[in-house]
Amino acid sequence: MQPIGNQESSAVLDATFAALADPTRRAILSRLASGEASVSELCEPFDMSQPAISKHLKVLERAGLISSGVDAQRRPRRLEARPLAEASEWLGRYREHWEKHFERLDALLQELQSGKRQKKKRPSRLTRKGEPR
Amino acid sequence: MTTKTPRAGTLEVTMPSDREIKMTRCFDAPRALVFDSMVKPELLKRWMLGPPGWTMAICEVDLRVGGGYRVVWRGTGPREEFTVSGVYKEVAAPERFVNTETMGNVETLQTNVFTEANGRTTFTQTTLFATREDCDATMKSGAGDGMDACYDNLEDMLRKMA
Repeated sequence: MQPIGNQESSAVLDATFAALADPTRRAILSRLASGEASVSELCEPFDMSQPAISKHLKVLERAGLISSGVDAQRRPRRLEARPLAEASEWLGRYREHWEKHFERLDALLQELQSGKRQKKKRPSRLTRKGEPR
Repeated sequence: MTTKTPRAGTLEVTMPSDREIKMTRCFDAPRALVFDSMVKPELLKRWMLGPPGWTMAICEVDLRVGGGYRVVWRGTGPREEFTVSGVYKEVAAPERFVNTETMGNVETLQTNVFTEANGRTTFTQTTLFATREDCDATMKSGAGDGMDACYDNLEDMLRKMA
């Protein structure tokens, strides 16, 4: 994996990951991915009180994951893509690294099991020699 | 609590806190086999490969509480060496093992859990860093310089193993 940046971006990552650690906040982000929404609009699908949603929104805002629109009445929240992209890039590389290892492990596990299930998958030299013509 | 069995082959990576990384992966094999693959040198050698051209020079495992393990990969150059080592803190085959892992200056505590359902095994590994700084440092450097080179020869490897 490549270094992903300086101290500053590491602090941003901290905030991003902390914000993403909560399932409700992830759901809010995924809702905002399909377009901006006001606080009351966000409350509906989540069956949560407005103060509870507002609390989550504050965490997301502090992490730079969302921002508020200019409309003073609605103050629609919208998704900010950059910090998310940075966080997912790092996790993506970590994931990729391990996925490659686990794919090899898949192959190994398969081999170990097929060896157990059917010993004659690959005929040994001896069998081949002794095969009737 | 409802547990859903993830599809085999889908690796989930999350950060439950700012000093933890959690991986969840389902394997299409009984858990004794998955467990063994992670603690038996002859099996570890088959899938825990270093970067292309590197070899696993040393793989020692003393699987008991207080026992240690050490894996060393070597490249072709004189300074191309990478070591991962640690001590087992809990061993309950084939359900779980807990170990420390030292890579460079960073030590983590890893909890490895294996659950089996319908012949499939869900493996969960939680890596806990002592401090947030350690976690940050690892995130910046990658999970290990030597190990994290690209695996261009992956396809070759899989073909050879098949």
